Amino acid sequence: MLTVEWETEGLQTVGIVVIICASLKLLHLLGLIDFSKDSVEDELEMATVRHRPEGLEQLEAQTQFTKKELQILYRGFKNECPSGVVNEETFKEIYSQFFPQGDASTYAHYLFNAFDTDHNGSVSFQDFVMGLSILLRGSIQEKLNWAFNLYDINKDGYITKEEMLDIMKAIYDMMGKYTYPVLKEETPKQHVEIFFQKMDKNKDGVVTIDEFIDCCQKDENIMRSMQLFENVI
Amino acid sequence: MAAGVAAWLPFARAAAIGWMPVANCPMPIAPSDKSRRQDELIVLNVSGRRFQTWRTTLDRYPDTLLGSSEKEFFYNEETKEYFFDRDPDVFRSILNFYRTGKLHYPRYECISAYDEELAFFGIIPEIIGDCCYEEYKDRKRENAERLMDDNDQENGKEGNLPNLNFRETMWRAFENPHTSTMALVFYYVTGFFIAISVITNVVETVPCGIHLNQKDLPCGERYSVAFFCLDTACVMIFTVEYLLRLFAAPSRYRFIRSVMSIIDVVAIMPYYIGLVMTNNEDVSGAFVTLRVFRVFRIFKFSRHSQGLRILGYTLKSCASELGFLLFSLTMAIIIFATVMYYAEKGSSASKFTSIPASFWYTIVTMTTLGYGDMVPKTIAGKIFGSICSLSGVLVIALPVPVIVSNFSRIYHQNQRADKRRAQKVQKARLARIRVAKAGSSNAFLRSKRNGLLNEALELTGSGEEDQHLSKSTSVIESQHHHLLHCLEKTTNHEFVDEQVFEHNCLESGMKNYTSRSPSLDSSHGLTGTCCSRRSKKTTHLPNSSVPATRLRSMQELSAIHIQCGEQQALSTSRSSLNVQSDEALRLNCQSSQITTAIISIPTPPTASPEGSLPQPSSPSQPSAGVNIVKVSAL
Repeated sequence: MLTVEWETEGLQTVGIVVIICASLKLLHLLGLIDFSKDSVEDELEMATVRHRPEGLEQLEAQTQFTKKELQILYRGFKNECPSGVVNEETFKEIYSQFFPQGDASTYAHYLFNAFDTDHNGSVSFQDFVMGLSILLRGSIQEKLNWAFNLYDINKDGYITKEEMLDIMKAIYDMMGKYTYPVLKEETPKQHVEIFFQKMDKNKDGVVTIDEFIDCCQKDENIMRSMQLFENVI
Repeated sequence: MAAGVAAWLPFARAAAIGWMPVANCPMPIAPSDKSRRQDELIVLNVSGRRFQTWRTTLDRYPDTLLGSSEKEFFYNEETKEYFFDRDPDVFRSILNFYRTGKLHYPRYECISAYDEELAFFGIIPEIIGDCCYEEYKDRKRENAERLMDDNDQENGKEGNLPNLNFRETMWRAFENPHTSTMALVFYYVTGFFIAISVITNVVETVPCGIHLNQKDLPCGERYSVAFFCLDTACVMIFTVEYLLRLFAAPSRYRFIRSVMSIIDVVAIMPYYIGLVMTNNEDVSGAFVTLRVFRVFRIFKFSRHSQGLRILGYTLKSCASELGFLLFSLTMAIIIFATVMYYAEKGSSASKFTSIPASFWYTIVTMTTLGYGDMVPKTIAGKIFGSICSLSGVLVIALPVPVIVSNFSRIYHQNQRADKRRAQKVQKARLARIRVAKAGSSNAFLRSKRNGLLNEALELTGSGEEDQHLSKSTSVIESQHHHLLHCLEKTTNHEFVDEQVFEHNCLESGMKNYTSRSPSLDSSHGLTGTCCSRRSKKTTHLPNSSVPATRLRSMQELSAIHIQCGEQQALSTSRSSLNVQSDEALRLNCQSSQITTAIISIPTPPTASPEGSLPQPSSPSQPSAGVNIVKVSAL
């Protein structure tokens, strides 16, 4: 008999506890009570981030583009990103549109980091236009510098084999599956080996900026291809 | 390629510099922008309203009227503007499409007018953005159905179709009672008898007044003969009707399986079974049960009532909601019954004797019936009982609006079978969008052949003759293709399309890689493969499996007959080009003439002394660094 009484008592208590919790939740829902402190700040974050670039004259001074070119560039930029900054997602989307057959998101990620010079997670028009200025109107030294910066993922001044392998895999990912000849697993690795054989002069396993620039300047093919995109804008 | 993205093409091309140090091959030449003029504003005069935009904005979509040279037909010399005699309001959305890349459908526009404008300006409606696409499709479907309804009504009034035999006339009479007076008579007679039969069944059980053994006698047993006659008459009519329908049905098997015929059978079977089994005492209990099935006669009314059919159709179409309702109710019943049982276990003389016994209480409470034959007595029981009733209201109230809205939708549409059609259209839409997307990658593959031709032309500098070829792809297209070409060169792999890839996969099983010419590959590694790819296009590697080479040779032929030509026109049917090195190869390519080399693949073993013809049996080639260039053909 005692157990039966205990059971009933226990169930009564459970019932009362349930009622109390439900009413508390109801009051919380109605907004009369606040349990946590940080429920107010959520609403402010929804404001969109807007960014205006520096004036046209300043940009013209900082880069090697003419006013007209900057105008055309800004129009295209603003059209795609009305808020004035590109975040990584948009960047990946835009870049992936050019490579429909493969997956360009990894390479776009590295590219984004190369353009985002102040590492604040977004590329403003300044970053964009300064990057382009180096790529299109810069000297060979600057271009090679930029390329080195792209390959050096952790920005420590050395390109290791792992970093190069990541970049290589990202480039090969852009090709997609349907290629001729068929892409094999070790193709990126082999490519990295060849690269290191060419670039790493003192065979210490990393490529420094001087080795890189030195070696590229000696290679005719690379020199010629660097000049390729001069008339893009 | 989307509109705004075309503006980012210069950026993507600039970023391609990142590949250059990694690549081992020389890059293809960039397409030069011959027609570089400053971006200019063009004026579009649409029925008097002037729109202005940049020329490059319109050039984003070269396969529409405004993006191609077709708009030159509308150019007005005196006013230096393009004049279109079309609706300016709709033109607004069309121009916005060029600006933003998204096509919107304005809701106040008539759907056919909008369609006409889209067709005039060469824009496919499938690219309407997701925000407006549903509205567009709904309106289009309504319009189509309205047109179809009008057509149907016109056809229906035309009169009898010729050459209907007796059977088909009868079937038509059964299905559409309005076609002839006989059908109408038959319709009303059967309806009347269904009603009589149902009323008879009901009245049969009413007590008629004579008391026998302290029990009222139902009318059925008092006037049993009369009721029996009525029943017989009704069943006879139903049987005749059923047999007639069976005879007239175009597909008897399908008719037998249909719901209405099953109802008919179930309605008349009890009578016949009763006739057969009257004298058997054992099964009289079962016989009584069978009489219950006579109530199914009421369902025969559904042939006479459209609303009943719609209700049935609704319930069928809401099967998932009903299933969900049932499932959630079952869950809740079990939970609450368990809780109530344990809550009430302690109280004396509790009606909650077991969990299944509590089911009844839970169901009655959740559906807010509350008979009151079982009530909880303990406090805990009362608390949980109230929670049970509150949750019951919610659980039942949730799926009901869905069912109601379904019913109203179907009722208003009057059973148009639109779901099937919507599925097909959705598939067609997705297919068209997929084709448009694949178009960009296919365009690259297709234009690779043209591209090689253009490259050779660039090299030779003879631009005049084939300007039309380079104009067929717009500037943006050619730049995009150049970008993809650079990527190919960086990775030493080519883009191919799916079928070719599958074919290659199959072939690679048969092909043995070791039969490659060692002299070309061994010393150069990847570089060798890459650069010899260029010469491999003109080299026929002796290979034991012919089908693989035939496939590759098809690819090579398209490249070959463009790339290398000789100064002299070839009069012989076999051409063999001997070059010493890659430079020499390139030098040869700079010849101004482009000749087609025709070679036959099964070459006889007797080769000419130049040793330039492929020998399927001999894998060795002179390894003195001479790249023997052969052209393999179909």
